[in-house]
Amino acid sequence: MQEVAGSAGGQYPTSYRAVARRFAPGERVRVRATAPLGHIRTPFYIRGHVGVIERYCGAFPNPEELAQMRDGLPAQPLYRVRFLQTEVWPDYAGEANDTIDIEIFQHWLEGLKGGADETSPPPSDPPRARP
Amino acid sequence: MGGLPADRVVPSEHDTAEWERRVDALMTLLSGVKGGPPRMTVDELRKNIEAIGPEAYDKMSYYERWVTSITQTMIQRGIITTDELGQKMEAVRARPEAKCKK
Repeated sequence: MQEVAGSAGGQYPTSYRAVARRFAPGERVRVRATAPLGHIRTPFYIRGHVGVIERYCGAFPNPEELAQMRDGLPAQPLYRVRFLQTEVWPDYAGEANDTIDIEIFQHWLEGLKGGADETSPPPSDPPRARP
Repeated sequence: MGGLPADRVVPSEHDTAEWERRVDALMTLLSGVKGGPPRMTVDELRKNIEAIGPEAYDKMSYYERWVTSITQTMIQRGIITTDELGQKMEAVRARPEAKCKK
């Protein structure tokens, strides 16, 4: 555990009891491909895809816990992760180097640095949104 | 809800009704950002919007979803009871101005 200064200002707390950071900018990560129940901020369409940590945004109470009326502590590190659009959307028609940035909490990310699975494609059947 | 393919998004300007501004203000006050005690989080707002159900979700307007979710959260937190809500709705429906509109 560590105390982390968050970037939220105003009347909100700016530091929370937080879990330790596991990733640094530039590291490759894969978004976990899972679809549990509950309130989840990780978009369905990005689960299973590989991106690069663009920046660390601070640590914030876990929204999955806040949604259930609990305090969301320890806070989870939040990262801005950059993905290639062509990697996310198979039929993407824009520039080949277009990117999309998504802010994702650490517990939804798996490290890939030096891993054997670094070049493996995302699952062919990523979880879909429920109807 | 969310994450599903959608039709083309057509941006359009529209006025906000008085009741919609009130719902927005209600959420601001309940979240505690104006200094009062926090009564709910935006995450609970989202959770209970997602729980509305696809058919009802599609029929509701933006602030109808909000007020439905806020109400559900107040019941879940025990700030109001279902019975109190039901009594109040009956009382409002019995007001003369409500009868005129019917």
